[in-house]
Amino acid sequence: MADYLRQMPHQGSADLARRPSAASRFHIDIPLLLLLLVLTVYGLFVLYSGSGKDMGAVVRQGRYFLLAYAIMIGVAQVSLARIMRWAPWLYLLGLATLVAVMLVGVGAKGAQRWLSIGGFRFQPSEIMKLVLPLTVAWYLADRTLPPRFVHIMVALGLVGIPAALILQQPDLGTALLIAASGLFVLFMAGMGWGYIFGAVVLAGASAWPAWMFVLKDYQKQRILTMLDPESDKLGAGWNIIQSKTAIGSGGWEGKGWMNGTQSHLDFLPESHTDFIIAVLSEEFGLRGVLVLMTIYLLILLRGFWIGIRARSSFGRMAAGSLTLTFFVYVFVNMGMVAGLLPVVGVPLPLVSAGGTSVVTLMAGFGILMAISTEKSAVPR
Amino acid sequence: MPRHLELKDSLRETRVNSARIITAVLLVIALLGVIVTRYHSLQITDYEIYRTQSERNRVQLQPLPPKRGLIFDRNGVLLADNRPSYILSIVREQVPDLEATLAELAELVPVSESDLETFNKKLKRRHPYEAVPLRFRLTEAERARLSVNRYRLPGVVVDAQLLRYYPHGELFSHAIGYLGRINEQEVLELDESDYRGTFHVGKVGVEKYYEDVLHGEVGYQNVETNAHGRVLRVLESFDPKSGADLTLNLDIRIQQAAYDALGDQRGAVVAIDPRTGGVLALVSKPGFDTNLFVNGIGSEAYSALRDSLDVPLFNRAIQGQYPPGSTIKPFMAMAGLESGLVTPQSTVPDPGWYSLPGDSHKYRDWILRIRGTGHAARVDMNMAIAESCDVYFYDLARRLTIDRMYEYLSPFGFGERTGVDTTNERRGVLPSTRWKRDAMGQSWYPGETISAGIGQGYMLASPMQLAMATSVMASKGQRHTPRLVKAIDGVPVEAPMLEPIVAPEEYWQAVHEGMLEVVHGQRGTAKALAAGIEYQMAGKTGTAQVIGIAQGAVYKESEVSERHRHHGLFIAFAPVEEPTIAVAIIVENGGGSSAASPIARAVIDTWLLGEAG
Repeated sequence: MADYLRQMPHQGSADLARRPSAASRFHIDIPLLLLLLVLTVYGLFVLYSGSGKDMGAVVRQGRYFLLAYAIMIGVAQVSLARIMRWAPWLYLLGLATLVAVMLVGVGAKGAQRWLSIGGFRFQPSEIMKLVLPLTVAWYLADRTLPPRFVHIMVALGLVGIPAALILQQPDLGTALLIAASGLFVLFMAGMGWGYIFGAVVLAGASAWPAWMFVLKDYQKQRILTMLDPESDKLGAGWNIIQSKTAIGSGGWEGKGWMNGTQSHLDFLPESHTDFIIAVLSEEFGLRGVLVLMTIYLLILLRGFWIGIRARSSFGRMAAGSLTLTFFVYVFVNMGMVAGLLPVVGVPLPLVSAGGTSVVTLMAGFGILMAISTEKSAVPR
Repeated sequence: MPRHLELKDSLRETRVNSARIITAVLLVIALLGVIVTRYHSLQITDYEIYRTQSERNRVQLQPLPPKRGLIFDRNGVLLADNRPSYILSIVREQVPDLEATLAELAELVPVSESDLETFNKKLKRRHPYEAVPLRFRLTEAERARLSVNRYRLPGVVVDAQLLRYYPHGELFSHAIGYLGRINEQEVLELDESDYRGTFHVGKVGVEKYYEDVLHGEVGYQNVETNAHGRVLRVLESFDPKSGADLTLNLDIRIQQAAYDALGDQRGAVVAIDPRTGGVLALVSKPGFDTNLFVNGIGSEAYSALRDSLDVPLFNRAIQGQYPPGSTIKPFMAMAGLESGLVTPQSTVPDPGWYSLPGDSHKYRDWILRIRGTGHAARVDMNMAIAESCDVYFYDLARRLTIDRMYEYLSPFGFGERTGVDTTNERRGVLPSTRWKRDAMGQSWYPGETISAGIGQGYMLASPMQLAMATSVMASKGQRHTPRLVKAIDGVPVEAPMLEPIVAPEEYWQAVHEGMLEVVHGQRGTAKALAAGIEYQMAGKTGTAQVIGIAQGAVYKESEVSERHRHHGLFIAFAPVEEPTIAVAIIVENGGGSSAASPIARAVIDTWLLGEAG
């Protein structure tokens, strides 16, 4: 396709050096796109096995990917300046929907997380995953960097409001992840290490009161289960024991594609969604895990590279925080399935079955692509 | 406000942002390192542990219980069978609505309150993927109804299991015993690996005594199962080894004859082949349907059996302890001959009573009450046995003394277990001065020797002991340990031979003649049996006084008197020249030996005149 485009009559200057490539004309970052495609294909293979050889599940996920790639390319066409301008309005819209969820939301398992509009259900917190870091970046981009105390406070306010709304749904996991995505912007903005360490110390100190007064019983149970899954072998500990067994029994080489006994004999729960890494580990072994990790690492490095190369501080902060957020999903999911972290509902990015997360993530990569092809928006 | 500042610091900002991004890169690499380390430790370091764990998840070692050996009578008639029994179970996790399913099932098959109660108890303890039994022993019709409706009852399973079945139920209840569910105590005693997958074990009788032989060897199969416990395929299997079949010496015809002849009376019959020691019949009445015990008897049915005044669970044939009464006399006669105190011809004066020198107490002969006098002026051994003369044996006992009585009677098997191959046998009592000192801490009184001479007092024997003694008498001293089992898997089991009693032929002859007179003599105490008899039967009557009332139970006046009546006893062997059967019979509260002797005739007729077994 690139060749085909190259042979088309040139539009701008005849200067070859300045001639924009087809990719840059469509704001596509080729390395990122290729990496995402490799990950998508790898993920679909694992999904086929993880879903119990359900071709329907693979086709469904493939459709989500088609939609997600389209959205990514669509988002990439939007100029960064416009994204930056829209961010605060989308933020306000997001807050409004979060309040709406609180008032008229649809519940599931005792938590109100969904908003149903005309039969279409969507989760406002999902939008916030993208909008919040962009909004914080928008705010800080107009200030001097590193940010001063008052700006940090305002930024924390921007982070705190949606986080609090999501927390009371209640959805502690998402609230923490969304808060993190906003805080990453502060980090990228160069917030002083003193503040960072102070915050870490404060978080550590608040662990005890949080355990006593904030965490709900089921949340405490998840943490206790992570620390000692054997204490409740057939209940809460079952998932983690079975996923560790699946991972460990894969060894170096793995049992082979579709030969994972843990997943195919139903010992592994959620084998096509949150726990799909256990399927991959069991069937492709540590080898397969390292391949996946390499793909993720390359995507992350590309994301950070886009950040470093970005021409505006907004672009740098947005790219850096979006990439770091992506990493957090990878880390939390792989850590939780391997028993390092408590079980929270975080899918393995672009591998676990499910449409919402794929669409959000790909929209994020669309923003990264928009950043990567940004024209000098701000005079240097 | 800060717009002009920003312009100025754009380069610095780029540096700040880039430095932080590079920090983030390092952080990401470090944390990915943590993840890799974790996966490495799970997949490489602890690989073996998780590999094993996953295999253990996947592969289950399923025991294949062996088929229990069958039990046949000597003619090959099946006495204990294994029959498929169908169990209705429910797999909780496959049932969409348990309440509704239970309600629907209740319409198809009767489910009792206690079934439901047990089911609910088990349901709480088992994994949701395990089948929990709801109803046992489904009938054909119930199975049919269930299979027709199966499609709309997901999670409802009908399984087959081989269960012990006794086709003749009560007839052999005390001869064979029964199988029951393994209880907590037995779990501790049985070899765990041998009994994996086996839920039943022999509880009493032959079923228990030959448990090792009947049980067989457990087999195994490795099966692949999913998390719900469903078996997907068999990976490898080691077949179980069936238990050995037992062929008993028992003859169902004789057993039936004895059972029928006892009628509604309480009592026991034991018949032994004196040539081999094989037990031909072992009946204790009342019995009970042994099938009730196989899959757990209901508590109501059990307490009815346990609390019944007739104690049907009590095996009178080997546990019953009865005074042998006059049936001891032939053995006393042998003791007298062997000790040289009497000869077949020597006589004793019989005024109808006896007293010890220097003692005014009169020991009465039973005949005194009837005739007002003794059997004859002088009584010899033949008459003493034939007419059951007490005075003759009072005198013999006194002269013999209790300890020499012990010495001569114990080889016949009195006072010790016969060692018959079944459980719970009791030893009876053959008193001696030493026995009384040990058991009661008292010295022996001479008067006690007198009553011991006619089988009363402390002396107690089970019908099995009496039958064995009769068998020894019949075979003129040949002693075998009685054996219920004739062959194991077709290989004959020889009854162990014991050291014989060696005595001159004429002694045996003299006693046999006395016993022959009992049946065939003009004044024999069982002469009624001789009517129409086609062979020569030697026998001895006995009557045992009932002293106490069992366990102080409270019951009606009419029953009290019935239960105070004497026990009737009878021992016999035939044909007298070459005996092939020896029997001992007791009829509780039969009034006298006349209740017992016709049973001997019925049993021996069947053995000798029916088609020989």
